[in-house]
Amino acid sequence: MDISNYIYLSAILFVIGAIGVVVRRNAIVVFMCVELMLNAANLAFVTFSRINGDLGGQIASFFTMVVAACEVVVGLAIIVTMYRSRRSASVDDASLLQR
Amino acid sequence: MFNMALHVGSTQRPEAVLFWVMAPMAVLAALGMLLVKKAVHSALLLAWVMITLAIFYIAEDALFLGIVQVVVYTGAVMMLFLFILMLVGVDSSDSLVENIKGQRPASILAALGLGGLLLSLIARAVTNVDAVGLTTANTAGNVQGIAQELFTRYVWAFEVVSALLITAALGAMVLAHSERKHTSQRQLSVDRFRQGSLAQTAGLPASGVYARHNAVDVPALLPDGSAAPTSISPTLQARGDIIESAPFELAPSVEEEN
Repeated sequence: MDISNYIYLSAILFVIGAIGVVVRRNAIVVFMCVELMLNAANLAFVTFSRINGDLGGQIASFFTMVVAACEVVVGLAIIVTMYRSRRSASVDDASLLQR
Repeated sequence: MFNMALHVGSTQRPEAVLFWVMAPMAVLAALGMLLVKKAVHSALLLAWVMITLAIFYIAEDALFLGIVQVVVYTGAVMMLFLFILMLVGVDSSDSLVENIKGQRPASILAALGLGGLLLSLIARAVTNVDAVGLTTANTAGNVQGIAQELFTRYVWAFEVVSALLITAALGAMVLAHSERKHTSQRQLSVDRFRQGSLAQTAGLPASGVYARHNAVDVPALLPDGSAAPTSISPTLQARGDIIESAPFELAPSVEEEN
């Protein structure tokens, strides 16, 4: 098996996550799709680390995980605050700045 | 080209079997994440994708990252997601009404274009690449190697990331904290006694008390016989719908019978 298959898988997962971000309406599902995209990028990092024989890719993946954890904590807190004020977790309902 | 099994970039047969079993399942689970209606099912499918990726990390000589993936992502992050899902409401499923006309097909088309771009670029860049492999980098062990890199070359980034973690925790606490709006009966009565005068300690007078009628538009009478304007609802006062109330007196005919 060619090692680039991992990169192809990572790209496919990234694209599926991107479709989810733009198509789904529930803010939590949108957020989960962002997580899927981050995970796909991590898989590419780990594979690059293996291709180059350097642990730098794994370090980058590690930092991505930490930043993703921060992002999840803050993002979910924002979703909870939004839900408290307008009783809905749909991204379409947050249109206060529209008019 | 025809001797793929001996190619430097190719992998051993067990890993190929693992990949071709797990990768389609990961892609199917990710697609299912898009297609299922309920958010909880999406969360479970995402957890499956993450576990698959953890297995891939371990197969790719990234033992530490594989374990961290299981502990942090499928353990902590997905638990947080499910917790918020339960808090916000499990049945908050997607509405199928399109707010922007044609947004869905256009966005799917754009994402597929992105995918074609990515895949073609990868095909040009990394197919049949010679993989060095991590056996030399991992001679002292994967965890030891990562620790050496993390605490020498990337120590500044490590410190910055720890500051980011603390900031995120504080931000989440500030955002998710809510002041308690409901005041208890005990607090209300304490507040009544602590206000300026004790005149209304027992609450406002009800309308019609000691007056001729007990209708809502008749002011109550105070002990000195005067009408209490605070006993009438402010709405009725603004409309002027107030009946003058006089002190209740016995009818003279009753006295004659005695």
